[in-house]
Amino acid sequence: MPPKGRIVVNDLYCKGCELCVAACPQEVMGLDMSRITTKGYHPATLIKEGCTGCGVCAVVCPEAAITVYREVVRPRVAAAA
Amino acid sequence: MTLADMETLVYARPASLTEMPTHYCPGCTHGVAHRLIAEVIDEMNLRERTIGVASVGCSVFAYNYFDFDWVQAPHGRAPAMATGIKRVLPDRLVITYQGDGDMASIGMGEVVHAAARGENITVFFINNANYGMTGGQMAPTTLPGQKTTTSPHGRDVETQGYPVRAAELISTLEGASYVVRRSLHDPKNIRLAKKAIRLALETQVRGLGFSMVELLSICPTNWGMTPVQSLKWLEEHMIPYFPLGDYKVHPAVAEIKV
Repeated sequence: MPPKGRIVVNDLYCKGCELCVAACPQEVMGLDMSRITTKGYHPATLIKEGCTGCGVCAVVCPEAAITVYREVVRPRVAAAA
Repeated sequence: MTLADMETLVYARPASLTEMPTHYCPGCTHGVAHRLIAEVIDEMNLRERTIGVASVGCSVFAYNYFDFDWVQAPHGRAPAMATGIKRVLPDRLVITYQGDGDMASIGMGEVVHAAARGENITVFFINNANYGMTGGQMAPTTLPGQKTTTSPHGRDVETQGYPVRAAELISTLEGASYVVRRSLHDPKNIRLAKKAIRLALETQVRGLGFSMVELLSICPTNWGMTPVQSLKWLEEHMIPYFPLGDYKVHPAVAEIKV
């Protein structure tokens, strides 16, 4: 199973440039057309399941608007021992 | 079980950036360059002793976005100001952040002589092939045939000359220790750019002389493209003329392991 992740996009910084949308390897990002930020942009968001928390969106984001989290997969040490 | 046990933080906004949103156009890779510099300064734990010198151009407000000390230099004079700061306060990390209009045209004299003197400063040179702030006029880095507001039929090299390859030019100087060109058009190259920024700052911290990182950048608004189209244009048109690579790496710099 690929790791699960999630992102938090800060509306204060996001300008809807879509660089993260184009760069996302899982193709799970898009603009949130139902919301408009105070600067007047549709912010980026996850539009489907499948984020792995790889952080590529944060690497290309010019505004440092994205915080990335990844679920911790615990190694099954106890089972092996 | 708390949330911290279940998930790990992969990426967060670097502490060396302030909470102020930038004035850059959507998609402008000035922001990527800012972020990389802030990340490296955080990693090296140098925020308390870094002094930045801002240029004139789109990057003029850099002092609003970085959470460390900045001064604002007259147009093109950032390397001269940085020279003074570094000589008076040699224990500080002194960086300049300049665009192509600032460094490659009006400030060409300052940067060349700072490099020739081997001043122990670091120059970040953002090359987006036009004058961004003033409305996309032709710059020294504008490509042959490229249309700008002052070369509406494309840059004609017979009357307007050829673009300046700044990294190659600076690399011929004895005082320069680390001169490289990187691009900000995809995740791989952004990571390579970050490594170069780290090595440039390490060069300065170790007192090895002048360092410069040229970063190829996009200007979607003035190029008249979307940010994603601009990245493709950069890759297809700018990189062939401005090849990426290490133009000067002093043997002492090559030994640095980070």
